[in-house]
Amino acid sequence: MRDVAVVSFQKRIGNADGLDEVELLAPTIAAALAGAGLARRDVGFTVSGSCDYLGGRPFSFVTVLDAVGAWPPIRESHVEMDGAWALYEAWVALQHGDIDVALVYAFGRPTQGDLNRVLGAQLDPYCVAPLGADALSLEALQARAMIDAGRCTENDLAAAVGRARGEPMEALLAAPYVASPLRAHDRGPIVDGAAAVVLVAGDRARACCARPAWIRGIDHRIEAPALGARDLTRSRSVERAAEGAGVRAGPVDVAEIDAPYSHQEILVRGALGLGASTALNPSGGALAAWPFMVSGLLRIGEAAKHIHAGGAGRAIAHATSGACLQQNLVCVLEAE
Amino acid sequence: MSEPVKRIKAPVRFDYTVGAGLTLSRFLAALVEGRLVARRCPGCTKVYVPPRGACPTCALPPGEEVVLVGTGTVTTFCIVNVPFEGQTMKLPYVYASVLLDGADIPLLHLVDVPAAQARMGMRVKAEWVPPSERRPTLESIRWFCPTGEPDAPFDAIKEHL
Amino acid sequence: MGRPCAVIGIGQTKHAAKRDDVSIPGLVREAAQRALQDAELTWMDIDAVVIGKAPDMFEGVMMPELYLADALGAVGKPMMRVHTAGSVGGSTAIVAAHLVQAGVHERILTVAFEKQSESDAMWALSPKYPFVPPLVAGAGGFFAPLIRAYIRRSGAPANIGMMVAVKDRKNALKNPYAHLLMPDISLETVAASPMLWDPIRYLETCPSSDGACAMVLASEDAAKCAPRPPAWVHGTAVRSEPTHFAGRNQVDPRAGRDCAADVYRQAGITNPRRELDVAEIYVPFSWFEPMWLENLGFAADDEGWRMTADGATALDGDMPVNPSGGVLSTNPIGASGMIRFAEAALQVRGMAGDHQIEGAKLALGHAYGGASQFFAMWILGRDKR
Repeated sequence: MRDVAVVSFQKRIGNADGLDEVELLAPTIAAALAGAGLARRDVGFTVSGSCDYLGGRPFSFVTVLDAVGAWPPIRESHVEMDGAWALYEAWVALQHGDIDVALVYAFGRPTQGDLNRVLGAQLDPYCVAPLGADALSLEALQARAMIDAGRCTENDLAAAVGRARGEPMEALLAAPYVASPLRAHDRGPIVDGAAAVVLVAGDRARACCARPAWIRGIDHRIEAPALGARDLTRSRSVERAAEGAGVRAGPVDVAEIDAPYSHQEILVRGALGLGASTALNPSGGALAAWPFMVSGLLRIGEAAKHIHAGGAGRAIAHATSGACLQQNLVCVLEAE
Repeated sequence: MSEPVKRIKAPVRFDYTVGAGLTLSRFLAALVEGRLVARRCPGCTKVYVPPRGACPTCALPPGEEVVLVGTGTVTTFCIVNVPFEGQTMKLPYVYASVLLDGADIPLLHLVDVPAAQARMGMRVKAEWVPPSERRPTLESIRWFCPTGEPDAPFDAIKEHL
Repeated sequence: MGRPCAVIGIGQTKHAAKRDDVSIPGLVREAAQRALQDAELTWMDIDAVVIGKAPDMFEGVMMPELYLADALGAVGKPMMRVHTAGSVGGSTAIVAAHLVQAGVHERILTVAFEKQSESDAMWALSPKYPFVPPLVAGAGGFFAPLIRAYIRRSGAPANIGMMVAVKDRKNALKNPYAHLLMPDISLETVAASPMLWDPIRYLETCPSSDGACAMVLASEDAAKCAPRPPAWVHGTAVRSEPTHFAGRNQVDPRAGRDCAADVYRQAGITNPRRELDVAEIYVPFSWFEPMWLENLGFAADDEGWRMTADGATALDGDMPVNPSGGVLSTNPIGASGMIRFAEAALQVRGMAGDHQIEGAKLALGHAYGGASQFFAMWILGRDKR
């Protein structure tokens, strides 16, 4: 396998100025390339992740191509998945050896619709979606299962939120349930966002970045969609992806977990087998801000940042998709 | 109930509040005032209408404003004969790519001309709805009408096809 | 380019206007199962699944890889969902090929589908952007003006589109999976059909189909155990350009030319018309055949229509195009690109049955999408490159 590193990462989270996707993304991409000392023409392959359902318009990723300046024509692809999977596709493309630089980006304006209800469209369209379940209710099923199985308590949920948002436990526990045992704050605030990551292979990465964050392992797995077909109190896909990515091959200094729900953070933390010496979600994680479709890519970028800054020697990043952690990606990043 | 169920109808409705973004919002606000305001890309100098958040070939944010008069040339057009969900016009109707004078890219809009008379190269001008009916949408221009000038030669439009 | 990659199994559903006998998972499984059977493999032998389809809003299932993980035997495996508008069937196959070429996996199942009878494609293809009047009525409404521009520029006679429509539907009669079967089609019946978006007539338009297509892609080692001849990947390429920009040539997009040049270079082809034995290209409206013949470099500018007129693209011509019947005969939108790629593979494997081009050794699969802005192509050979 060819050595590939994250050499640059830029994000734009939140949208107080009312920008559209192109306006959020274009400066983010420009800054990411500039941060690596690269020009648009240096990019050998561009991949993005996004979802039509955020804007309510089919083919919405097409107009956002304006943010990339795809002229002359570029080698480009797109996944209707979180940007973390776009990064995976870019990593695969770099393995062939014919290109050295890939640009990965993700974007979304989930605040335009009611994401909690929209996510119900992911469910079995014949037998489950017509029941009208919203995302929070489904996640509450998993949180309840975890509590009943003794895997966590309501206090643990509040502690996860408290760490992410710096709020005191008592206030959190006093808030009313929205879908028991989950309270409104048990889900990260839904925000608009855009992020861009530059991947460079081989020696060239060292020219782009003082301390490249090398991808030493990356793996992703999916589980069955039917909630009743899975053990909701553990995550087999996180365990397998972690194994495939080689998480346990060394100490983990920093872990960025894509868990927009408090119970998910607890579950994934356990499935990754993280020790007490690992700094968990120094960025605040998805519980502090949840830019759907960007969130997983963001975790990879945030983890890489610690290696770029020299503060970590080994970091892991996690991304998730689907109700109750149905699909998961784990990425191991290391300093030189 | 002896017939097996082969399909179900499960209607879904999602409501979205879409923000136009900064660049388009400025353009739409000008439409309310009866002004067609394009923007020039600082990189390639092309004039875009409607303006975009980034130039599609340069990825740069838009630069200076360019006020357009509202006259233009039909580059190519389509006669719509088939009904569809969301259709508002009576069939058949003509919509065209109109290359406005001063702009470097055509704009899609309705042309008020009988289908049989639509022509590539036809000169047209914008007809606005009354000021009280104008809203921040391209529908503040009701349609484009023929001006009666002689058609533009094919060479003038062939690069915009 | 990476390591060698081959197609060792192909499966298609019987494409139809309405497949009432299967649900969405049933549809994809029918194609996937046939591909596995062709390769004599089981679900357990597959390392990863790559699925592609047109926008989720067609059937209303958001991110359908999540729902279909079970149906495609993907539980416990990596699964990806590609979406590049109309070219998606092609780019999905390319993402799958890349996984093998990168040495990440040995055997990939790739699937593309559309269940249009369970969707409102016309609505989904008629973009209702806020702030603008709803003008464009479906894909035909978008492409008709471009076709008008091609006819004007090239000086092509008016009946070329109709000739393509007749040729492709006659070819489809030899394809057991094709949707439209029109034994009585002729230039007269096409000319008499209603004009939908001038100059596109009803019988010059692709149908709306339910269908799925699947392939098993394998490494060199895995291909050694394949029971039937493999189709070797000689080159893959994708290119994209922006939707609208000043001076854009939408009739002969540069992205298409660049994509073709890239894939020819990888496959060592310098004269595509002479060296390729057959091409399966994405022609959803009849006039796209002459337009793409030029864009692909088979014919000089403004001369593509002559190839059609001369019969060069017929089954017995020197450059047969769409012997399967093409998109004009079968169009489950998300799958159509993969069907082109799979039909190219069938040709070089010698497994295209009644629409086999005798002795085909080198075939092109082509797909495009969006406003003629996304292109995906691959070249397959009977022999390893």
